[in-house]
Amino acid sequence: MKSKANKSKANLACEFIGIKSINPFWLASAPPTDKAYNVVRAFEAGWGGVVWKTLGEDPAPINVSSRYGVHYGQNRQVVGFNNIELITDRPLQVNLDEITQVKKDWPDRVIIVSLMVPCEEESWKKILPPVEATGADGIELNFGCPHGMPERGMGAAVGQVPEYIEMVTRWCKQYCSLPVIVKLTPNITDVRKPAEAAWRGGADAVSLINTINSITSVNLETMSPEPSVDGKGTHGGYCGSAVKPIALSMVSEIARNPDTSSLPISGIGGVSNWRDAAEFIALGATNVQVCTAAMLYGFTIIDDLCDGLSDWMEKKGYQNISDFSRMAIPNTTDWKHLNMNYKRIAHINEDACIQCGRCFAACEDTSHQAILKTGDIDNRKYTVIEEECVGCNLCEITCPEPNAIVMKDIDTGEPHLSWLHHPENPYREEP
Amino acid sequence: MTITHDIKSNRLLEVEIIDNFSDMTPPLTDKQVLVASERCLFCHDAPCIDACPTGINIPLFIRKINTGNAHGAAKEILSANVLGGSCARVCPTETLCEQACVRNSCEEAPVEIGRLQRYAVDHLDKDLPYPFTRDAESGKHVAIVGAGPAGLACAHQLARNGHQVTIYEAASKSGGLNEYGIALYKLVDDYAQKEVDFVLEIGGIEIKYQQALGRDVYLNQLRENHDAVFIGIGMSDVNALDIPGEECAGVEDAVAYIRDLRQENSLANLPVGRRVIVIGAGMTAIDIAVQSKKLGAESVTIVYRRAMSAMGASIHEQELALKNGVTFICNAQPKQIIADDSGVTAMEFIKTKLDEEGKLTLTNDTFSLPCDVVFKAIGQKFSSIPLGDNPTDKPALDKRGRITVNDSYQTTLTDVFAGGDCINGKDLVVEAVDHGNKAALAIHKQLSSSISPQQEQL
Repeated sequence: MKSKANKSKANLACEFIGIKSINPFWLASAPPTDKAYNVVRAFEAGWGGVVWKTLGEDPAPINVSSRYGVHYGQNRQVVGFNNIELITDRPLQVNLDEITQVKKDWPDRVIIVSLMVPCEEESWKKILPPVEATGADGIELNFGCPHGMPERGMGAAVGQVPEYIEMVTRWCKQYCSLPVIVKLTPNITDVRKPAEAAWRGGADAVSLINTINSITSVNLETMSPEPSVDGKGTHGGYCGSAVKPIALSMVSEIARNPDTSSLPISGIGGVSNWRDAAEFIALGATNVQVCTAAMLYGFTIIDDLCDGLSDWMEKKGYQNISDFSRMAIPNTTDWKHLNMNYKRIAHINEDACIQCGRCFAACEDTSHQAILKTGDIDNRKYTVIEEECVGCNLCEITCPEPNAIVMKDIDTGEPHLSWLHHPENPYREEP
Repeated sequence: MTITHDIKSNRLLEVEIIDNFSDMTPPLTDKQVLVASERCLFCHDAPCIDACPTGINIPLFIRKINTGNAHGAAKEILSANVLGGSCARVCPTETLCEQACVRNSCEEAPVEIGRLQRYAVDHLDKDLPYPFTRDAESGKHVAIVGAGPAGLACAHQLARNGHQVTIYEAASKSGGLNEYGIALYKLVDDYAQKEVDFVLEIGGIEIKYQQALGRDVYLNQLRENHDAVFIGIGMSDVNALDIPGEECAGVEDAVAYIRDLRQENSLANLPVGRRVIVIGAGMTAIDIAVQSKKLGAESVTIVYRRAMSAMGASIHEQELALKNGVTFICNAQPKQIIADDSGVTAMEFIKTKLDEEGKLTLTNDTFSLPCDVVFKAIGQKFSSIPLGDNPTDKPALDKRGRITVNDSYQTTLTDVFAGGDCINGKDLVVEAVDHGNKAALAIHKQLSSSISPQQEQL
C-alpha cells in the first residue's frame, strides 16, 4: 500500500453495502475523479475510493469555459462555490477503459461509477453491462445534478420525481448485479420522499447531498451572474463547507425516518475535515464523500482526514467506524419533544474577556437585553443579567474568544416537559 | 550651518540618501489590507475610538475598507479628522488607537489601524464629488494664526459652517510641523502640501504667507478686523543646555536642522558631522539621530540624563533608532562642550544616578565623547512674544507659559481661541487637529448666536 495515512490503532477500514474500503473517505463524483490521472493521484495520496465522474451516453456533452463561481468570506477564504460543469465530456469508452485499468492496478481501492442517461429503460439497459465489465465496485445514479442536465430531462429532473427514481433504480437492479447507490438532490422540499422511492426501487444505498441551486454572486460591473459565460450566467450547483449544515440535516432526516432507517447512507456535503466526517457518521452516514475540500487544497488533505479521525476514535475508545455510527440519531428529534424545562444561561468569564463588547451589541440590539455594561473607559465590564438571559447562545456565537463566554446549564429542579405535554398546549397529549 | 572639523556634505551618494529617506512604513497592498481589516472585531463602544484624540470611528472605517468601500472609509476618517492622511503616517499609533485595540489582549498584535487609515485616505475617489460642502455664507470672518494642523483643522470646520477664514502664516508654506518638523521618511512625496490642497478645496479659506504674529500682524488688529481669532502658532523657542561651550560652532538646534532638511531639494548637500551627539530623549532626539545616520554620519549617540525607560520617545521610536545604528548612553548629564578655534571637538558628561527618594543626582564620574556636531533636542517651548505686551489684548498664560484655554479652547479673551502646541497638551498632530475641531465648534456656536434669524435664512 502506498498510503501513508492510517497510522493509528483505531481501524478506519470499513464496509459500505458489502464494499470494503481502507477508510471511509471517498472522492465524490466530480472533476477530481474525471480521469485515471487524477484518480491514481488520489489513490497514491491515500483515498479509500472514488466515485468516477458521471458517465453518460455518447456523444459526451461539451462544457463551457468559465465553470465555477465563488462565495468568499471576509478574508477571501472560500465559504462555498458552485459549478456549471456537466457530466464527463470524454467519450464513454475512454472512461470505461481507464476505469478497468485503474481498478486492476488498485484492487484494494473502491471505484464506484456514477451514471446518468436518459430516463428510458433502453438507455439504462445498454450502459449497465459495459460498466459492470470494468470491474467497478458499484454504481451511483446521478439524480442530483441541478444544472444543464435537468434541461435535458436528466439529473435533478429525475431526482425531483420520486416515481422516476423508483423506476430507474428498479431497472438498474434488474440489468446489473452491482450494488446501486442513488444520489439525491437537495433541491426538493422533503428529502425523505426520494429516499423512500429509492428504497422501494431496491437501492442498496443513497448518497447525499448533491449540489444546491445557486447563483454565487452578480458582477456589478457587467450585471452578469457568476460564473459568467460571455456576459451571461446560469444557476449552478453550490458546494463546500457552507452546505454542510443542510447536508447534515438531510442525512439525519433519512436516518431517522422509520421507512428508510435501514437504508445505508454515503454522506456528502461540505465535508472538509475529520470532524465533519465524524459528524456525518454520527448522524447516519456509513462513509463520506469529499470533493470541494480536495478541489481547494488538493488530495493531500486525506492525511489529516484519516489521522484526525483515527486519533479521535482512539481517544474515545472507538475501534471501528461502526462503533460511533448513528450515535447522534437518538438525540435528533422533533421540536415538540424538546425539554421546555431545560435552562441554560450565558456566563462571561472576565479573565478571558477582551472587552470587545460584541456580545453586548448583539444582545442589546437584537436579542434580550441580557448583558449589562459597566466599568469605565479603561476597563469595560460586561456581565450577564441572569434573569433576562434566555440562553439563546447568540453572545457565545458572536464572541471572538473561545473561552470568554460559556453557556451553563441551570438546574431548574423541574422534570422533563415537552410541548407535547405542556399545559399551555391546547392540543397537548396526556403523558 | 558653519562648516567646521569633520562636517561635510555628500557623505553618501545621492541615490543612497534617497533610498534611506524613502517611506519608512510603505502602504499596505490590497491583499494586506484585506487580511489586516479582517482582523478588526468591530467592537461595540470600541476602545480605539476613545484612544483617538479626534474620535475617528475606527471600526466603521475598517469595516468599510473590508467591504471594498475605501472611499466611504476615507469620508468617515476625514469627517472626524481632515488631516487623517498625515495622522495615519505620523501618529504614534502604538501609544494611541493601536495600544487600545482589544486584539492586544490575547494575540499581542493590534489591528494595524494607522496603516489601514492611510490606505483609506489614499483611496479617496477623486472622481467622486469633494466629500464636504459649505453651508450658506454666514457673513462672518475668522482670522486664524498659523497654518499648522490646528489652524488647518479649525479653518476647514469653520469653512464648512459657512464662515470666511483668513489664515496668517509666518512661513512661506503651510502645514506647520507636517511641513517643517516631521521626519522626512514618515511623510514622503510632499504629502503635507497635498493635504493642505485637499483642505483648501472646501473654499472660503485664504492663506496669507510670511505674516508672523507680532511682526507683520498684531493680535489687536486681527481682533478688530475679524469676528473671532484662533491662535495655532505652536512653539517657536527651544530649550537651551545652559552649559559652557553651547555657543560654539557645531552645536546645533535639532529643530532648525530638521526644518532645513525638510526644505532641502538635494539631501546630499546637507552638511553632516562624522561623529554626532544628540542630547535629548523625545521624538525630536530620535528624529535627528536617525536622520543624521541616514545622511551618512559615522556614529550617532543619543545621550540622556535618565534611564532608557524614562525617555519621552516611545519604545517603538527607540527601536527605530537602534535599528538605524544609533547608540544610546543613558544616565549622563551634559557638563560642558569642548571646542577649539574651529568648533566643537568633544562633549563632557557627568554620570547620574537616582537617590533613595528617586531623585536624579550627580556622581563624581565624568567622561567625554569626541564629536563633530552636537544636536540639542531637549524640548521646545512656547514664546509669548508674538502675543505682544498689551495686557488688554493679550490672552493669559498658564504656569508653563503656554496660552490658557477653557474646555471650548477659548482664551481669556472671549473672541480669541487657541489650540495645538501653543496650549498645554501632548504636542501631537492628532491632538492639534482635535483642538482645531473643537475650537471651530465653539467659534461657530458663538458666531451663530450673533447671526440674526434673517441672516441665517439667507
